[in-house]
Amino acid sequence: MAIDVRIPTVLRKHTDGEAKVSGEGSTLAELVDDLDDRHAGLRDALVGMDGQLHRFINVYLNDEDVRFLGGIQTPLRDGDTVSILPAVAGG
Amino acid sequence: MAVTRAEIHGRIDLDRRTFDALVAHARSDAPYEVCGLLAFSGDRADAFYPIPNADRSMTSYTMDREAMHKPYLKIDQSPNLGLGIFHSHTHTEAFPSPTDVEQAGFNPQAVFLIASLQDPEDPVLRAFDIVDGKITERTVFLDGAEAPAGKR
Repeated sequence: MAIDVRIPTVLRKHTDGEAKVSGEGSTLAELVDDLDDRHAGLRDALVGMDGQLHRFINVYLNDEDVRFLGGIQTPLRDGDTVSILPAVAGG
Repeated sequence: MAVTRAEIHGRIDLDRRTFDALVAHARSDAPYEVCGLLAFSGDRADAFYPIPNADRSMTSYTMDREAMHKPYLKIDQSPNLGLGIFHSHTHTEAFPSPTDVEQAGFNPQAVFLIASLQDPEDPVLRAFDIVDGKITERTVFLDGAEAPAGKR
């Protein structure tokens, strides 16, 4: 269950500067746990105390926003690409 | 009109076409704020991607998540490209608001471009770095000359 993961600049402090990493999991939640084992701190950066994705983090499965799929429970398949981006907002 | 200043550190280079595209985009949905992404090679803006403002607000913007995905990813995954984040202020000066500074923490690598339509006849474009809450300004050069819109 290898999943390719794209890490944004703001989170590369957790991945020794790597922009692309890989992880495993049959759901996004499992992938996040696996990534956190490999790259400490990623889970807290992505998921809140309520177990849901932070609102200021955007996660895409291939080209789709996971909020329109299954959120943190979105199923993953071998070969999928998950990209993580920070929200861009201001006033 | 009052102008808030920050320490000058560095520059950005735009061509006339990109500058005109930013101003046209800012005017396109006034009085609502607009937003978009830019790809930089060094200090030079190479491409502009208008992104819908999901807030459609006069006082805030949030980039549409689907629309920002591909351009942001392309820029952020390329070691040769830098990220520019553009938005408009329709009623205030072209200087980062407290919300801009707070939100900049999620994109600390970006250069922030702000167009002000406070004077609709004389749009002003300024550019900033915002790192750890500290604002520094970059001089805007347009076709190689210091831009009137970026004048001090």
